Amino acid sequence: MTTGIVKGIISNLVQVEVSGPVSQNEICYIIQGGVKLMAEVIKVVGNVANTQVFESTRGLKPGDQVEFTNHMLEVKLGPGMLSKNFDGLQGDLNKREGVYLTRGEYTDPLDEDSLWKFTPIAKAGDKVSAGDWLGSVPENWVNHKIMVPFVMEDEYTVKSVVPEGEYKITDTIAVLTDNDGKDIPVNMIQKWPVKIPITAYKEKPRPFKLLETGVRTMDTLNPMVEGGTGFIPGPFGAGKTVLQHSISKNAEADMIIMAACGERANEVVELFVEFPELDDPRTGRKLMERTIIVCNTSNMPVAAREASVYTAMTIAEYYRNMGLKVLLLADSTSRWAQALREMSNRMEELPGPDAFPMDLPAIISNFYARAGFVYLNNGATGSITFIGTVSPAGGNLKEPVTESTKKAARCFYALSQARADSKRYPAVDPIDSYSKYLEYPEVIEYLNTNVNPHWVVDVNHTKDIILRGKEAQEQINILGDDGVPLGYHDKYWKSELIDRVILQQDGFDKVDQSTPMNRQQYMLELILEICNTNFVFESFEEVMPYFTRLINICKQMNYTEFQTAEFNNYEAELRKIVEERRAK
Amino acid sequence: METQAFQKIYTKLTQITKATCSVQATGVGNEELATVAGRLAQVVKIVGDNVTLQIFAGTEGIGTDAEVVFFGKAPTLKVSDELGGRFFNAYGEPIDGGPEIEGKEVEIGGPSVNPVRRKQPSELIATGIAGIDLNNTLVTGQKIPFFADPDQPYNEVMAMVALRAQSDKIILGGMGLSNDDYLLYKNTFENAGVIDRIVSFVNTTENPTVERLLVPDMALTAAEYFALEKHEKVLVLLTDMTLYCDALSIVSNRMDQIPSKDSMPGSLYSDLAKLYEKAVQFPDGGSITIIAVTTLSGGDITHAIPDNTGYITEGQLFLKRDTDIGKVIVDPFRSLSRLKQLVIGKKTREDHPQVMNTAVRLYADAANAKTKLENGFDLSDYDIRVLDFAKEYSEQILAIDVNISTDEMLDRTWALFQKYFNRAEIGIKDEFMSLYWKKE
Repeated sequence: MTTGIVKGIISNLVQVEVSGPVSQNEICYIIQGGVKLMAEVIKVVGNVANTQVFESTRGLKPGDQVEFTNHMLEVKLGPGMLSKNFDGLQGDLNKREGVYLTRGEYTDPLDEDSLWKFTPIAKAGDKVSAGDWLGSVPENWVNHKIMVPFVMEDEYTVKSVVPEGEYKITDTIAVLTDNDGKDIPVNMIQKWPVKIPITAYKEKPRPFKLLETGVRTMDTLNPMVEGGTGFIPGPFGAGKTVLQHSISKNAEADMIIMAACGERANEVVELFVEFPELDDPRTGRKLMERTIIVCNTSNMPVAAREASVYTAMTIAEYYRNMGLKVLLLADSTSRWAQALREMSNRMEELPGPDAFPMDLPAIISNFYARAGFVYLNNGATGSITFIGTVSPAGGNLKEPVTESTKKAARCFYALSQARADSKRYPAVDPIDSYSKYLEYPEVIEYLNTNVNPHWVVDVNHTKDIILRGKEAQEQINILGDDGVPLGYHDKYWKSELIDRVILQQDGFDKVDQSTPMNRQQYMLELILEICNTNFVFESFEEVMPYFTRLINICKQMNYTEFQTAEFNNYEAELRKIVEERRAK
Repeated sequence: METQAFQKIYTKLTQITKATCSVQATGVGNEELATVAGRLAQVVKIVGDNVTLQIFAGTEGIGTDAEVVFFGKAPTLKVSDELGGRFFNAYGEPIDGGPEIEGKEVEIGGPSVNPVRRKQPSELIATGIAGIDLNNTLVTGQKIPFFADPDQPYNEVMAMVALRAQSDKIILGGMGLSNDDYLLYKNTFENAGVIDRIVSFVNTTENPTVERLLVPDMALTAAEYFALEKHEKVLVLLTDMTLYCDALSIVSNRMDQIPSKDSMPGSLYSDLAKLYEKAVQFPDGGSITIIAVTTLSGGDITHAIPDNTGYITEGQLFLKRDTDIGKVIVDPFRSLSRLKQLVIGKKTREDHPQVMNTAVRLYADAANAKTKLENGFDLSDYDIRVLDFAKEYSEQILAIDVNISTDEMLDRTWALFQKYFNRAEIGIKDEFMSLYWKKE
């Protein structure tokens, strides 16, 4: 085993003189007074390895001993990860003692003593390869598949699988025979290096299925798909985190992985507190039971921040291989990019734009590419939908992280400061935002089949009305209320109707916070019907009060349970008001 | 700090810059404290046996033969109940003529709280200021800065908030505080008779710049003692964080680091987060709430300092002079308290969230009407009504010298709604309309 001695310390960059071979990204432990601090090799020059330490380096001295592990940063995968709160290196936060995070304390992400009820899937004689299902155990409500470890690259023959029964994760549950006739025992644990994608699937087609999030401005206008990628850039205070949280609460996914990356601890605490309480409408159980939180809050060590997004992605890939729909949310990817910048800076690399490393765009697009919809070897499907937030410096979208992400992600949900200032939440800008998936023929076909036959036409029509309304508003602002034809007011207020009723959504109201697709379809059709109606006004002064009345009733509808008597009463009232001014 | 036996002394400096020096030394730990020619310094970089130190008081007059003494430990503060009512400099040494503090010696800038050991903040801090209590409610365990231009009365407002807020201890961290402002705080606290609840760590403009890097850590270390060990509600005031960041950029510049946006170090976000994230609500009642000041240059919040701060803190408060009423208000548009959702409508009256949003929306309409007026357009009847509403709203509710309970704020807002608007224009849930809308 290679060892080394600390030679230099620049903040969390530690230079180590090594005695033997080391590899890039190899994990090592720096021993300081009996405590082992984990570090990762990020550059090697001659016999000096530059390592980034995942902990505070206070008190570290030249001459301290270093042990190398001969492997990269790995996660330990197996049943028992659901509902856990991990740090960026997959340590179980709940197992750590004391109020403060003690340096060098690494906890086991899995529980070796728990018993799991194993049911075999494969049987003796089956030919299997990496990622194939050998059996399953129930983990909360997920049917957790025990797979052929991803590191096993060849084809194997199943020699034996244990019968149904209760086993620990360390017990051998199957024996596989390789082509040379060698027997390999397999238990429920496997390890995988986080920086390398898991590709134990057959095929990765273009995604085509809508992923409902319950957020109208997304589902209706710019839909996300299963296995799709998207990002939410926005200045601080625009509601990135609130939007992500409401997606996580309502999205139509089998499980949620939240990577809280370099953000506020109180926001993570909100997840810890709320998720175990919130009901999951799909399973009737608690939301936390289908959630894993990987958190490296902004005050936790910087180097582990980069690791945290990879840890979360690898866990997502593991569950995807069980045929699950996984939704991965990362807040915020800018903090991860900043962590890269800090290290690049300490290594005195030549800086790229805004002092970020030159390969930032490549790193970001490689990461987004790990999401996707896949067909597994056995024909089942699984997906990782990835939505990241970006915190652009100064709210300016022309900065390296936003630009690099724009190239990689297919959906763009731009949060606008102006909308946030006027409390139009979610502050997703309906004009700047886009979903490339709305142009995919397979997605169009899916939507038109599953929502209604003219859905995509309706959606594009809605976008047109919003755009025309904005143009009309600009003219009104320049020329004055009475300086424009009456039709401009009509146009503006029709777009305002869509904005206030469809786009704006009260994330804190128990009815309005999540809208199922059938309700979105119903409301959009209703609103478009009003927008397509010709109204008669005598003067511009009549336009606003009239539309305010319409909007008020529509908002009451949004606050009311769908298609109840109360809801229908509001609708009847609405239709009555529409008739008042309908052109004959 | 005195030299003790068995400490290694080095006398050969290899490099001196305005803020740092380097010395050939062995067996030195990272972030270790030392003195260089009697001035306090801290190890910031070690390459082989070349150790770089940042000298807090500056390097003026330091010679290449200066004596460097290493202490074998990071900077510390002695904590005990004796801290109450005392004034200290950036090193934690008394500056009020009182005796040295006896107590447990703890390293400043210690580890972070395990997020799973935190409690979700849920207790509101009432200040009597509607711009805060009604529109941007503060919660214990929150961190929030005032974004203010240097000419705004932020120190006065902060002192007022500190006194009105219910807390067991107030810890003032003053960085680059002018002597006048230092005395403002001192006198305000003394006059209010609360001096025993106050602990101050002060670096004034008369002290060396780099020294102020220690102030927030000192203040927060004291805060952690009271919050964690004494279960007290601690309010930490940090003013001015912009000057703290300036000191950071000086040191990183002297260490030849590549600057990122606005000449700030690339690690600015992490550096600030380490401080602000000390704000915490512990399960047993103790809490640290941080109210800071970040001065802006010409109101520019896209500058790296306010920008990074905004991404870390749980909202921000802007002061604004309302020319219609000639008073200072907390700007209802740009201010935001992210944690208010945890208490409004829960710890306060149920109609609070909707009343707050509606009033702000109407206030925004008034701003639009004002623009119309300035551009010479005719005002509609609605425009005139929102303008009148906005003025009364500012005067009776928002003005910073109004000191009323949250219920009173809500009642006054409802009264104004009814004075100027009809039901449809208000657009609040029928449930609340039936309770609070008295006219028909």
